[in-house]
Amino acid sequence: MSPRSRLIDPKGWIFLAALGAFCVAVPVLNLVVPEGSGLHLPTYLVALFGKYLAYALLAVSLDLVWGYCGILSLGHGAFFALGGYAMGMYLMRQIGPRGVYGNPVLPDFMVFLNYKELPWYWYGFDHFAFAALMVLLVPGLLAFVFGWLAFRSRVTGVYLSIITQALTYALMLAFFRNDMGLGGNNGLTDFKDLLGFSVQSQNFRVGIFVATGVALALGYLIARFMTVSAYGKILIAVRDAESRTRFLGYRPEHYKTLAFTVSAMMAGVAGALYVPQVGIINPGEFAPGNSIEAVIWVAVGGRGTLVGAALGAVLVNYAKTVLTGAMPDAWLFALGALFVVVTLFLPRGLVGTAVERLGGRRAAAKLPPEPAIAPKLAEEGQGS
Amino acid sequence: MSTATLEPPAAHATPPGLGTGPANKKRQTDALLYLDDLRVTFDGYKALRGLSLTLSRGEMRAIIGPNGAGKTTMMDCITGKTRPDTGIALFDGTHDLLTLDEPAIADLGIGRKFQKPTVFESHTLSDNILLALKGPRAGFSSLFGWRNRVERGRIDALLETVGLLPHRDRPAADLSHGQKQWLEIGMLLAQDPKLLLVDEPVAGMTDAETAETANLLRRIAGEHAVVVVEHDMHFVRALECRVTCLHEGAVLAEGSIDAVSADPRVVEVYLGR
Amino acid sequence: MTRLLALLFLLLSAPALAQNADPYAGLAGDGYAEIEAGVSGLAASGDPRAGAILAALADGRLLVRPADKALFIRQGGAVVDARTGAAAADAADLKPVKANNRVRRAIEAARGQLDLASPETGRRRAAADAVFKARDAAALPALDAALAREKDAGVRQAMTEARAAVLLARPGTPEVDRLNAVPPIQARGDGDAMGILRGLGSDPSEAVRAAAARGIAAIETRLAIVGALQNVWYGVSLGSVLLLAAIGLAITFGVMGVINMAHGEMVMLGAYTTYLVQELIRAKMPGLFGWSLAISIPCAFLVAGLVGVLIERFVIRFLYGRPLETLLATFGVSLVLQQAVRSLFGPTNREVGAPAFMSGAFDFYGLSVTWGRLWIIVFAMAVFFGLLFVLRKTAFGLKTRAVTQNRRMAAAMGIRTPYVDALTFGLGSGIAGIAGVALSQIDNVSPNLGQGYIIDSFLVVVFGGVGNLWGTLVAALTLGVVNKLAEPYVGAVLAKIGLLVFIILFIQKRPRGLFALKGRAVES
Repeated sequence: MSPRSRLIDPKGWIFLAALGAFCVAVPVLNLVVPEGSGLHLPTYLVALFGKYLAYALLAVSLDLVWGYCGILSLGHGAFFALGGYAMGMYLMRQIGPRGVYGNPVLPDFMVFLNYKELPWYWYGFDHFAFAALMVLLVPGLLAFVFGWLAFRSRVTGVYLSIITQALTYALMLAFFRNDMGLGGNNGLTDFKDLLGFSVQSQNFRVGIFVATGVALALGYLIARFMTVSAYGKILIAVRDAESRTRFLGYRPEHYKTLAFTVSAMMAGVAGALYVPQVGIINPGEFAPGNSIEAVIWVAVGGRGTLVGAALGAVLVNYAKTVLTGAMPDAWLFALGALFVVVTLFLPRGLVGTAVERLGGRRAAAKLPPEPAIAPKLAEEGQGS
Repeated sequence: MSTATLEPPAAHATPPGLGTGPANKKRQTDALLYLDDLRVTFDGYKALRGLSLTLSRGEMRAIIGPNGAGKTTMMDCITGKTRPDTGIALFDGTHDLLTLDEPAIADLGIGRKFQKPTVFESHTLSDNILLALKGPRAGFSSLFGWRNRVERGRIDALLETVGLLPHRDRPAADLSHGQKQWLEIGMLLAQDPKLLLVDEPVAGMTDAETAETANLLRRIAGEHAVVVVEHDMHFVRALECRVTCLHEGAVLAEGSIDAVSADPRVVEVYLGR
Repeated sequence: MTRLLALLFLLLSAPALAQNADPYAGLAGDGYAEIEAGVSGLAASGDPRAGAILAALADGRLLVRPADKALFIRQGGAVVDARTGAAAADAADLKPVKANNRVRRAIEAARGQLDLASPETGRRRAAADAVFKARDAAALPALDAALAREKDAGVRQAMTEARAAVLLARPGTPEVDRLNAVPPIQARGDGDAMGILRGLGSDPSEAVRAAAARGIAAIETRLAIVGALQNVWYGVSLGSVLLLAAIGLAITFGVMGVINMAHGEMVMLGAYTTYLVQELIRAKMPGLFGWSLAISIPCAFLVAGLVGVLIERFVIRFLYGRPLETLLATFGVSLVLQQAVRSLFGPTNREVGAPAFMSGAFDFYGLSVTWGRLWIIVFAMAVFFGLLFVLRKTAFGLKTRAVTQNRRMAAAMGIRTPYVDALTFGLGSGIAGIAGVALSQIDNVSPNLGQGYIIDSFLVVVFGGVGNLWGTLVAALTLGVVNKLAEPYVGAVLAKIGLLVFIILFIQKRPRGLFALKGRAVES
């Protein structure tokens, strides 16, 4: 028997089957079932579900680093937003002369701000392939540099969380500036079409929904491939006893940087799929609160399970949609209570708890240990 | 009692003025491990005050000494966890340990077992051994490479050596304290290092297990050099090796177990004055 | 010398005076130009009635009888003769003397000249400053006369500066006088002086141009120093705000190891407590308003401290040793608190008033110092040293340190650790509440108040070195000053971004902050 575990375990099969069914059912109910029918799914719901799937991909990417590597990133929203901006820049270039000011090259906001020519970093974004590359490269490069610096200096636990938060905060402030050449406050919006399809059309909505579903499945499989290999075992070893892996000759910073970079790219893809579905990307996406909210999705579903992260993202966001519609004031109370209840009473999350119940100790042992995975600050930073 | 009188003769084996510069690299010592005048200070507390020690290839050495004698700090210095303020630490005659970090030192062939057994609790025993196996440590080799295709037999043989084969698929968290000690020794063997540093290997073991561990370590010695830190005098006696006694961060006495335990200074530091 | 010059100018300006021998005629004249000349003439004449007449003209109470050009002043219901001040017998058929903007400017300048002779030092000084600003050549005689009489050194200096400014502004001043006028202007050394000297760039005289250039260079240096000091002051002010916000966190995070994301909300609760206290005082005892902040301090401490104790008892105590979990749970608490305040008080800003001692500003060697900022700095320092005292010198502080260093040992020695935990967390939260009282004076009191401080606070504590109060102090002041010094060059937002990036990089270099603890225990 090879040391590698099966790429797809039972809960993985359930997840992929459910995702597949969803990706078939939604287009059928929207496109095939006639509009008058009670079974018809309105197009706005397709976009909403597509948004959930993009969030689910973000959650999977976060779980890869948090659940398996012990890196609680409070800045994953930054990678998501950067991917979104890369896609947004492509979409802006696609508007062409159809903008309000009719400038064939410059987006409306640049005309408004008296730009004479396109800033250099906008070059190439009229090509989809280039934009798609940037969706991966920009978040990936940032994560690589940031992660390499931080992990090499052995910044761990809470300190790492705080500086990831500072990172996304700094990016938010930067993107709010008009001088950044990325739309400032208003961000990028008024998109017209993507690869020739109108972003408003029903067919596009269904298409991008399915694309997001496929991306989620791929993201899951990549994360799964990494975590079941010896690499993933070393990652878990780093999570549980980082210094021990060093004395075995491993360089945890290499392992963490690779996981962090892959995860950031995945988050970037999620952002890129998210933007055409919601029709706007603005600096608010960098807000530190967004990143922390993504963490709770993972915690609700169960960290270190991947499937749970995706499930948590969909469930929490569905609840958000329902509650903000019915009782806007209640949503923050509910979300706040969710944070408290999950950390206190459901530390392994829904899927983690289910695995523990059904699979017994051996399956549960793979999950992050219940007591803190972080270095014990109480021991380290003591005294005054 | 001044610390100067505690300086062992070994401290003067090197001519003074030898730095750690390039000229130093050329010097050959036949010792596997060569420590000279290591000094470590933590916030004013002197953990090591001029520790010097040499170890030959394949030699087994037991280190004893009261609490705070600097035994663990010495291991920290050898493995790169703590940087001494001054001193020389050479491995295999040429490698300056003080310029390397932990993974690089591990890569040279120095394995360490911690005082508190440290194994990967979420992993099964076989995975613990798998991760310790000697071989490339780079990320890609673990993602796609050979470490994913290790023969089961190789891991099982190692688990057999430390007597844990029946538990191969259990998570390490399930093991008793003594079993974790064994697993960690098994991981050391999987690393196949030239030098094993073993910190209190028999804490929490029954007498029978202790005797078994002594046997195992004796078997290992010869092929690998072994440094054992231990308080259990029966165990140290069973190792049948040279003994070094540390006190207040320096070597107090060195020799056979009988000679060291008869040394009046050793008796004094253990019994108080 | 000055007196000689003054005499010279008196002589020079004599012909101008002669033209308007009777300024009253000018005031009664038909054109605005005549009226303007009359105003100047009246001011220069030294007539004791001048002040009253000019005031009347400014208010539109100066009347003229077109028939004989006689002037009258309306005082309440009565009309008096302008020249004598005696009640006018015949007050029929009167028209007000009109004033346009030019005339009004002339009136201002003229009244200024009159004030130069005022017995009050303050008025003379203000008049000199007014002449300096107006640079009206007509004021020169009055100025010279005043200068000859003046005893007060400060006023003398102001008058000398005014005189120099007038001389430089007036066409036809001889070169030697222009040259002599430069040093007083340079000595003044502010932005106005700079403007005057800049104006000399086109002076025909080489020597004057050179003197002006030297003066400009000297003033620029001085202004740069004052500007830098002013920025340092702003920086210390910002630093004290950061210190106030972070200091409670230094306890909950630094001493207890709890990542309290609801810390900002404790600050917000303190600010809202201040609001409530002020509302109560306004409604019940308006006389106490000056004391409202002092009353708010213990109230805010109690409110935030109590909420802190509740959070500790119901959430955090289950999560000790799991800092990342405390982060998530307390973030949830922060959302609940924000929404609760939003539901109770509404999402908009609440008005918190400033007592009299907090408002106003004074000038300190060219630095503008606002009282509010000054008090906040004093307050921040008081809180800091108070906290230091509590932690270092009291039995409670001893117990806190014992529990945080070795919980089991402390428990074994009979310290009730749960009790100490709750109180320590309450102390940290209460101090955040106190910070809220101060911050209510300089920030918008809204449910989002706390969010603006939480990231900064964490960075201050981490930058300073977790568990080290002095480190927090140094970090807060350093970050505040650096931020304010960078702002003039790159703007507020970029300065802030630069600082965030700096801290991120700094933590790579020294992961445990400026003042890290060393030792085997912390290296594990």
